[in-house]
Amino acid sequence: MKDHPNATIQVTGGGSGTGIAALVNGTTQICQSSRPMKDEEKASVKQQRKADVSEIPVAVDALAVYLNKQNRVDHMTMEQVRRIFQGEITNWKDVGGPNANIVLYGRENNSGTYVFFKEHVLANGDFAEKYQPLGGTAAVINAVVKDVNGIGYGGIGYATDLKAISIAKDAASEPVAPTMENALSNKYPLSRFLYWYTASAPAGTIKDLVDWVLGPQGQNTVKDVGFYPLKGDAQTQ
Amino acid sequence: MESAPSRHADSTAADDPATEGQTPFSRPLFPPQSAVRNRIDRLGELFISAVAFVVIAIIFLIFIYVAREAAPLAWRTIDGISIWSPLQTPYTWQPVGGVPKFNILPLIVGTLKVTLIAMLLATPLALAAALYTAEFAPPSLREWIKPAVEVLAGIPSVVIGFFVLIVLASWLQDAFGFQFRLNALSAGIGLAFAVIPLIYTVSEDALTSVPKLYREASLALGASKPQTAVRVVLPAASPGIFAALVLGFGRAIGETMIVLLASGNASMLSLSPFVPVRTLSATIASELGEVVFGGGHYRVLFLIGVVLFLITSLLNWIGARYNRRLRQRLSGAA
Repeated sequence: MKDHPNATIQVTGGGSGTGIAALVNGTTQICQSSRPMKDEEKASVKQQRKADVSEIPVAVDALAVYLNKQNRVDHMTMEQVRRIFQGEITNWKDVGGPNANIVLYGRENNSGTYVFFKEHVLANGDFAEKYQPLGGTAAVINAVVKDVNGIGYGGIGYATDLKAISIAKDAASEPVAPTMENALSNKYPLSRFLYWYTASAPAGTIKDLVDWVLGPQGQNTVKDVGFYPLKGDAQTQ
Repeated sequence: MESAPSRHADSTAADDPATEGQTPFSRPLFPPQSAVRNRIDRLGELFISAVAFVVIAIIFLIFIYVAREAAPLAWRTIDGISIWSPLQTPYTWQPVGGVPKFNILPLIVGTLKVTLIAMLLATPLALAAALYTAEFAPPSLREWIKPAVEVLAGIPSVVIGFFVLIVLASWLQDAFGFQFRLNALSAGIGLAFAVIPLIYTVSEDALTSVPKLYREASLALGASKPQTAVRVVLPAASPGIFAALVLGFGRAIGETMIVLLASGNASMLSLSPFVPVRTLSATIASELGEVVFGGGHYRVLFLIGVVLFLITSLLNWIGARYNRRLRQRLSGAA
């Protein structure tokens, strides 16, 4: 900000859908999203703003599956995670844990993380009836920290005081831990890009901002806040 | 005795039939008015009625706006969603996904369940407290209790919700071993915190406005103090107390922040008080920020707003009718 004293940035939260809706309505110049924009959304931006969306991946994130630290389960297959969140597996003993009911936590449906999880883990199926959507990743973390039998999901950048388990693509493959190398090499099955979107090619102050985030300074910041830089450690010093 | 409907909606038993029709002053209270004063009076009256109509108009316009946003669903299908979608099976609320599901039955059941729990907890507590302060507490204590309960009314609901979410839900789970830490009961208890001061304050006012004459007559006939309180004062104040309950119910059913934080928000169709619950108001609050403006999901959320509005209006209407009958019966008996 010191380099651009005349620029003001006003940040509003709410989830990826909120940002994208704001971009469609023209109430923001740039929005962030943890999921790629849908084709219909790109079409409505084009219709409302008369411009093509430009999509800028700015960081890599690993979506972690969180368990309480006291839970002895430390890896699962994608299939097991899906069956748990769809309510087909309801007891921890079926995945190598204690004999206790599983309590499901996650994000509300305005969250890009929710949509990503639904698409990539549940294969667009529905969450179980007992799934408890909470207002933000912090709330999910808090719930799992307080609930021995809880399971939740969210960005790896938030995972403190709980366990982010290793995940195997299928029963035949090795479980992979959610680390930077595994996310960047795409070995970890739940890695994703985090995006910025503008309604037309970035220009002026917005372009300065985009150049900054893609440059070494911005990518260092990405790492500081717990996400992974686009090119791993190679790009940051 | 003919009982004219009271013009003073809140003066429960205060219009004592014995003094009706008598003039307490032998000479006019005010001197004959000049033309100027008359005009000022009329202006003042006009202003006050204008204010009253503005309030009614605001409420009416809010309803019109909410209904207007939901209305297009009535004559066309938007994003595959029609006005019947909220009634289609399965009984699931999953508005985002490959095949969105919009059944609002779990939300309606959840809302009524949490509200009922809150009322069952709050009513006996608030009424007993009101009866105690109005009838039994020494004046010094009374002057201390009433403001203290009213401070409770000033606690922002987000603070209550946060307290339940972080602290109370864990206590309850440890004490009773609930499978779900956040459930309808925890949310209902949080709601009760918000509703108790409301019911307490209004019903305490109703109890204290029962004429002293009633108590004296009852005591003179040999009734004990508790008998007087329960059999004479409580029935005499019942229209006011009933109004307090209706107000409390309205507050509980529309309350958003407490249930949003403390209920677990899972849209389960169940009558058990120990499972998570998703309410109508919490659904609007958590989803309206995301939806595409003018899309089907957006319209359904406004439809939920209409449903919520109709439920509360219906309850208020029934409450008002019952209250009127209660008043008539009371004044008829007197």
